[in-house]
Amino acid sequence: MNMLARTPEWGEMIHRDRVRGHLYRDPTIFQLELERIWYRTWVYVGHESEVPRPHDFVRKSIGHQPILMTRAHDGRVHLLLNRCTHRGNQLCAKEHGNAVTFTCPFHAWNFASDGRLVGYAFADGYEGLNKDEHGLGRVPRVASYRGFVFGSFAPDGPSLVEHLGGAAETLDRLAMTSPEGEIEITAGFLKHRVKANWKFILENETDGYHPAFVHSSIFAVADSGIGSLYGAKSTALTRDYGNGHTELDLRPEFRKRDAPLSWFGTTTERLPDYVAKMNRAYGEPKARQIMIDGTPHVMIFPNLFIAEIQMFVIEPLGVEDSVQHVTALQFKGAPDLNRRMRQQTMGSVGPAGFLLADDSEMYERTQRGVHASDTDWIYLGRGQHRERHDGDGFMVGHATDEVPSRGIWRHYRALMERP
Amino acid sequence: MMQVQSKADLHHDISQFLFREARYADDHRYESWEALWADDGIYWIPANGDDIDPERQMSIVYDNRSRIGLRVRQLMTGKRHTQEPQSRLRRIVGDIEVVKAEGRELTVACNTMIFESALRGDIVWASRNEFVLRRDGDDFKIARKKVALVNNDKAIFTLSFLV
Repeated sequence: MNMLARTPEWGEMIHRDRVRGHLYRDPTIFQLELERIWYRTWVYVGHESEVPRPHDFVRKSIGHQPILMTRAHDGRVHLLLNRCTHRGNQLCAKEHGNAVTFTCPFHAWNFASDGRLVGYAFADGYEGLNKDEHGLGRVPRVASYRGFVFGSFAPDGPSLVEHLGGAAETLDRLAMTSPEGEIEITAGFLKHRVKANWKFILENETDGYHPAFVHSSIFAVADSGIGSLYGAKSTALTRDYGNGHTELDLRPEFRKRDAPLSWFGTTTERLPDYVAKMNRAYGEPKARQIMIDGTPHVMIFPNLFIAEIQMFVIEPLGVEDSVQHVTALQFKGAPDLNRRMRQQTMGSVGPAGFLLADDSEMYERTQRGVHASDTDWIYLGRGQHRERHDGDGFMVGHATDEVPSRGIWRHYRALMERP
Repeated sequence: MMQVQSKADLHHDISQFLFREARYADDHRYESWEALWADDGIYWIPANGDDIDPERQMSIVYDNRSRIGLRVRQLMTGKRHTQEPQSRLRRIVGDIEVVKAEGRELTVACNTMIFESALRGDIVWASRNEFVLRRDGDDFKIARKKVALVNNDKAIFTLSFLV
């Protein structure tokens, strides 16, 4: 398959209901994905609450590009390339912190938190140098939605709001779980590495078919109430928002239960402060509905996954090497809710998580599986006969159907076919 | 009447206890391992540093006693896929020091190196461990076990055996 190198025939590898296994293991494909997905479309980078004060910074990435997310003196959030413009040295080695300027340890070039070149050692060696031309590289387009900061290396293209499309509403829903309407990312990230292609992770996040089997061990010993959401009789929906964004909409099941905070496995009695604040903020009827519906389960293409109580960020290290960064979602003004969010997140996800250790085992086994043959297909046809459009025109299917995978691959093909 | 125990005897008893705990974990003797815990035991594997506040920040594991039990019961279902087949494990526990002795509780520190062979490959894990051991008749119970992995600031592979 080396002849793929120049012009892969995407239509031969990606059909509506099946894709070729080597899309997950061919290094040439992976390189093209970096160019056509990671360095072109909107990619989630970080949350504004990770850099709350002026001059706060945190190290992030887009694809393989090292990014410094900073908040400058004027409060603006910048996505800078973490690379000294002199000799290309990694500028900042600290994971996060607060710095008015960054000084490169190699030759003491010095940059402001907004990326401007401030100065350098032995300045008489640079007569006539225009400092404005040697500021840090920056991600050409930066935009944020509900505090989620995205970057795009394409100088022009669809706006972030256009890219999010119908999926933007899921982030609105998420924010309403806070009595102050704001999400905060403050608990630090677990970093879980898997020997698997990033697309296995991407697709599994809104796959409702696997939980009953992959997670049967924890469902057998803990009464979490999750298992029934993904059964054959579930009324939950899979949804394809377009642009690669997909959702497992659990609201039909939670509305059947009609019990506030049931989505979180708890009751209003156990979180009285939170409930009181929600009632004050939204009024009782609306607060009740928010607390029945719960937070979304949505995969924002290509790398931001909101999983009700936690957030994952997918990082593609190599064609068969990925990292899942995961942290508990925290909601402004809800300390009692947040404490439980952290506890449940630590139990369920990360390298030792009751759930994610088994998901990750499947990613790695599937990765080994796709080495079996070049001609083998991965079949994604579940539920084609019963998918339909919802009231907003988005394709939906049964909780266990593969509507999300089909949506992801349709968008993937469109991106990859664009040279 | 409390017997006065020599330092050498105490060190021997502690070492034997830690070696037993290590062997139960290596051999996947889940129930025997769980029985070593005190009723209020805390099992902690921090992330992003050794001295984070586990009440505020994410840890790889931060189990209270009931969650330790849940972890063991999950492993015992035979459907914990990441441990089916089980990792083959051998660990060395060394540099054992008694850090503090107060009443019935001893704080003990040691270094541990674990060789894991699993489907994904072979991995070496290294950590500084800190135990709070509580005297229980002639034996001890674990009131607290902290495993500070050397690489807990980096992205690490699945860690689903008893560390």
